[in-house]
Amino acid sequence: MTARQLPAQQQPAQQRSARQPAAQQPPVIQIRHLTKAYGHGDATVHALRGPLAPGTGEPEGVSLDVEQGDYVAVMGSSGSGKSTLMNILGCLDVPTAGRYLLDGIDVGHLDEQQLSLVRNRKIGFIFQSFNLVPRTTALAQVELPLAYAGVRAAERRRRALAALSLVGLSERAGHRPNELSGGQQQRVAVARALVTAPAMLLADEPTGNLDSRSTRDVLAIIDDLNASGRTVVLITHEDEVAEHAKRVLRLVDGQIVSDVRQAPVDGPPPALRALAGARP
Amino acid sequence: MLRFALGGLAANKVRSALTMLGVLIGVASVILLLAVGNGSSQAVKDSITSLGTNSLTVSSTNLRGSATAARKLTVDDAKALAGATDAPSIKSVAPVVTTTATALYGNISYTPGSIVGTYPAYFETANQKVVQGDYFSNDDVLNSRKVAVIGSTTAKQLFDTEDPVGKRIVLGGTPFTVVGVLATKGSTGFNDPDDVVIAPLPTVQNAFTGFGSVSQILVQADSADATTAAQSDITRILMGTHAITDPGKVDFRVSNQASLLTARESTSKTFTVLLGAVAAISLLVGGIGITNIMLVTVTERTREIGIRKALGAPKAVILGQFLTESTLLSVLGAGLGVVAGIVGSRFSIVGIKPVVIPQSVLGAFAIAVAIGLFFGSYPANRAASLRPIDALRHE
Repeated sequence: MTARQLPAQQQPAQQRSARQPAAQQPPVIQIRHLTKAYGHGDATVHALRGPLAPGTGEPEGVSLDVEQGDYVAVMGSSGSGKSTLMNILGCLDVPTAGRYLLDGIDVGHLDEQQLSLVRNRKIGFIFQSFNLVPRTTALAQVELPLAYAGVRAAERRRRALAALSLVGLSERAGHRPNELSGGQQQRVAVARALVTAPAMLLADEPTGNLDSRSTRDVLAIIDDLNASGRTVVLITHEDEVAEHAKRVLRLVDGQIVSDVRQAPVDGPPPALRALAGARP
Repeated sequence: MLRFALGGLAANKVRSALTMLGVLIGVASVILLLAVGNGSSQAVKDSITSLGTNSLTVSSTNLRGSATAARKLTVDDAKALAGATDAPSIKSVAPVVTTTATALYGNISYTPGSIVGTYPAYFETANQKVVQGDYFSNDDVLNSRKVAVIGSTTAKQLFDTEDPVGKRIVLGGTPFTVVGVLATKGSTGFNDPDDVVIAPLPTVQNAFTGFGSVSQILVQADSADATTAAQSDITRILMGTHAITDPGKVDFRVSNQASLLTARESTSKTFTVLLGAVAAISLLVGGIGITNIMLVTVTERTREIGIRKALGAPKAVILGQFLTESTLLSVLGAGLGVVAGIVGSRFSIVGIKPVVIPQSVLGAFAIAVAIGLFFGSYPANRAASLRPIDALRHE
């Protein structure tokens, strides 16, 4: 696969609609026997190992499929391997062994240049610590991934403003991170994550640094995004946050110990369904 | 990208300013020191033209180990040169005797640098022009009249603001009438050509040196190009008058003023190169300053680099961003350095008026920018090669 092929593959992803049955779409994430180990020899730590193979006792690795339009919460205490999983899913880190197909692309065989392209086109990151670029206005922050994608200035501005208004921050477009509250900073980060129309939103404890009101705001935005068809993978250790997801995975010591579906893939996320149900 | 780079520099104003100062000093010193070197060689060039590029000096030498005592140059030698019909390159000949004596005017006593006895041809040959009064004439020489033309320094010392023309001065007991004052030539550093009294040759011989030998014979060639031809003509004729057959045993020396000064000019060129080298080192140090500060910047902004990489910034973009920043530092520093260098060269430094070489300005600027690129590339490459996961974890 060459880097030039990526934009062409992105097109169908943008045209996907929320209500299409998941069965017609290949899974956004396909993980097969993924392991990640740090260190060498006796000091080796298996951050991701999955169940042990019955015969050999070797780690078999984690396997996981995430459907298009799904809303998955990955839960686990610290050291459970959820951050490692997140880094691998986000193409920030490479697995020790196993295959990872993101939107049909095997990212294991990509070089640095192609990986940056995958991160740009396929993944929208939302971090716990917001990770906005310092001294840069909200509008420029949101334009940044588009600039890396080579979008023209006028188009970039239009799409960035649209993304900012989606998170309710269009009047704050000219503000720098130090002029924004934590909740607003995280909403800028959400706008930045969704502006490229990625195949997947990857949120690492997005509400970890927020007060309860901002948490509600940010989660509501993520719920809306999922309702409009965006695949979301969210990492958290808070049950209240996990309640928003359609599917909850629990990680303990590098293995998935439980996989609970809270809502169907092709329906609205639970929080929104509760709202719809409450209406007459 | 430029906006980002400017923003990055503005975020640490003091640091950026100090880094730029390093480049500024480097560029300014290259321009200024080369200008000083150039200025001094220009001054030498000017003094060559002021001496007259087509003048030749014949002086006698005492050949060591020679069996016969060297014959001194005489007025007859000069006459032989002047009268030679087969030497078309020789335009005029002026025998010269020099001596020193104390000059008196009223109750003012002053010793001029030298008293020259010569022919009127001397004035043209030595490029001495009279601005007040007149030259003495051939008639004055023939009649040994006690007249003198004085240099501007001598005039100032003896007469101050008075008009010296027509005044009588006493030189070593002999009264002379001042008929003219020479134009100021300006010092070339070693001696003052304006501190001189010029009088007809026989008068000076009569009063001071006696009618023996002359110290020099000044010959003017037809043109600057004819000096070589004139030189060989002089050698041929004087070998005849001195009855010398072996060219290795000549008892006189024909020296070309211009070639003498060319030697001095090449000395000043060496001086320029040395100054330039010192300045280039300071430019290099400025470049290392850029590397240093960019490394600090990269470390400080590792997290930001991680964010950008997570957003999909390709390696080339990160590389470009930091290269732009370091190049901007060097371009701004070099620009200010050019300004500082040009402003600085308006002042005269240790008596030398600096002359800016346009190529040095362009060259210093270009080298500074290249240094920015070169020394910025290491930190920029380091930033671009950071693994996003490591960069994001960096605190």
